[in-house]
Amino acid sequence: MSVTKPTMKMRYDLQIIASWIEPGSQVLDLGCGEGDLLKFLINHKQVSGSGIEHNENKVAECIEKGLSVLQGDINDEVLDYPDNTFDYVILSQTLQQVYEPDTLIRSMMRIGKKGIVSFPNFSHWGIRLQLLLSGYAPISRQLPYEWYDTPNIRVITIKDFRKFTQEVGFKIVKEAAINTHSEDRFGKVIKVFPNLRATYGIFLIGNGK
Amino acid sequence: MSEYIEHDKDSISVGIVEKKLYTFAEPPDEMLLESGAKLGPITLAYETYGTLNADKSNVVLILHALSGDSHVAGYYKPEDEKPGWWDNMVGPGKGIDTNKYFVVCSNIIGSCMGSTGPCTINPKTVLPYALDFPVVTIGDMVEAQKALIDHLGINKILSVVGGSIGGMQVLEWCIRYPDMVASAIPLASTTKHSALAIAFNEVARQAIMADPKWNNGNYYFGPKPDLGLAVARMIGHITYLSDEAMRLKFGRRLQDKHDFSFNFDADFQVESYLRYQGKKFVDRFDANSFLYITKAADYYDFEKQHGDGSAMQAFSKTKAKFLVISFTSDWLYPTYQSRAMVKAMKKNGLDVSFCEIEADWGHDAFLISNERLTALIRGFLERVSNETHHENAL
Repeated sequence: MSVTKPTMKMRYDLQIIASWIEPGSQVLDLGCGEGDLLKFLINHKQVSGSGIEHNENKVAECIEKGLSVLQGDINDEVLDYPDNTFDYVILSQTLQQVYEPDTLIRSMMRIGKKGIVSFPNFSHWGIRLQLLLSGYAPISRQLPYEWYDTPNIRVITIKDFRKFTQEVGFKIVKEAAINTHSEDRFGKVIKVFPNLRATYGIFLIGNGK
Repeated sequence: MSEYIEHDKDSISVGIVEKKLYTFAEPPDEMLLESGAKLGPITLAYETYGTLNADKSNVVLILHALSGDSHVAGYYKPEDEKPGWWDNMVGPGKGIDTNKYFVVCSNIIGSCMGSTGPCTINPKTVLPYALDFPVVTIGDMVEAQKALIDHLGINKILSVVGGSIGGMQVLEWCIRYPDMVASAIPLASTTKHSALAIAFNEVARQAIMADPKWNNGNYYFGPKPDLGLAVARMIGHITYLSDEAMRLKFGRRLQDKHDFSFNFDADFQVESYLRYQGKKFVDRFDANSFLYITKAADYYDFEKQHGDGSAMQAFSKTKAKFLVISFTSDWLYPTYQSRAMVKAMKKNGLDVSFCEIEADWGHDAFLISNERLTALIRGFLERVSNETHHENAL
């Protein structure tokens, strides 16, 4: 499989997510992009996978490579599925662009038994330092936009997300804080001071406290 | 739909093909139609391309729209000016690859392109049926195709593919024969016509029936209602394009003149185009067939017939994997209709892919050579073909 070659390696956060998925499960990937994760999961974990993506070009690319993908807005599309349709519903690096995150995550947990959410950690020391020293809105490799052209309308930290799950009543089954480099294709798990040192947070959440 | 929108004789083609005929439902075993009437004998014109594989698992059934026919691809004779109506999609190495798939396309009953329809001789009267031809439905068309598929010894269809009214037949195949159909591609289609679509069809039918030469459908031994049919076709062509397509294609440009003629000749290019399309159509199409097929399409209501008015309930009886495709500028079968279909499929947990293709060419977009459309269909067929083989191996 070409995906296992280092040059073709999947984004590091997706590698972590893939490692959490039980073989043979039903997976829905919200904002699936070009379908790298889905393709990997189908090839290596024999999942039955489908995706939702807004961008026509990306949807077409997915279908061309043999994935089952729907073009649409994730916030609307999740509403149609019956309860517990999927074993996992994945939202990778999209949460920071969602207008109503709590509504979306509740929908994810309605249609899926488990949810997986990953996002850039806004409390990384680099971001803190930029704001403190320069006084400008921080720009990082993970969030590379100016305040006026960014699609990322939410700032989320690893601690924020933990607090959120408690408040809305979901339990964290697994979590990983990671630091990535080389176009996010390589990275390592951060165990010490994750909220300060990790560039991304990844959470596997389940229903109930 | 428009036919033969573009053609490229130098391109790769399935080559010389042959129109075949299959006749069944000989009296007294006539086919019982949905209206309760009986029809027989029935002849279907059909064509096949490619090779049926050993386990008969590579069948792609193509279903045509209003004015289409069994001639999807290739040429009847080397000197033919134009190939079949979907030659850009069907052929060796194309989106529907005839090196891999055994492609079948059957003409619909009610048509005039070789199958039994109002212009066929009624064996009881030895005259053309004309309006004695029973009103047929989309379901009847599919039942006739099923008889052909049985005759060809096929019991599993890898994919049923069709645009517009062909898409309605796709849905009907999926619900009538859920265990036969592994996958389905309804293109630029709908579960039921909108009031807008019915309205355009009615104006087109009125144009035919208002022509004195129509003569209550009895014109087969005299002059034909060419004017009425041409106007009906002109109306159709307006609905197949879009505001944007017409702006790009014609604008307000004049046809072969620098100024207005100040009479009622065709001044604008769009007028000249419509007149040409209308005139060309009467040479190959029967006015009564136009009435019957548009009526069948207007009557079609997938959710009412199969789900007590609920699309969700209707799709609960289907099993196929779906690829639904719509086009941004299609105002005859707009995207919201495809989305409604997709929604009902999702609620039933069906495997569905959906893409709305950005295209300026209105409803006609599904027939125009389009790399994206080709790639989507190719990718989807490859996947379902692999999955079907995998499932069979288990």
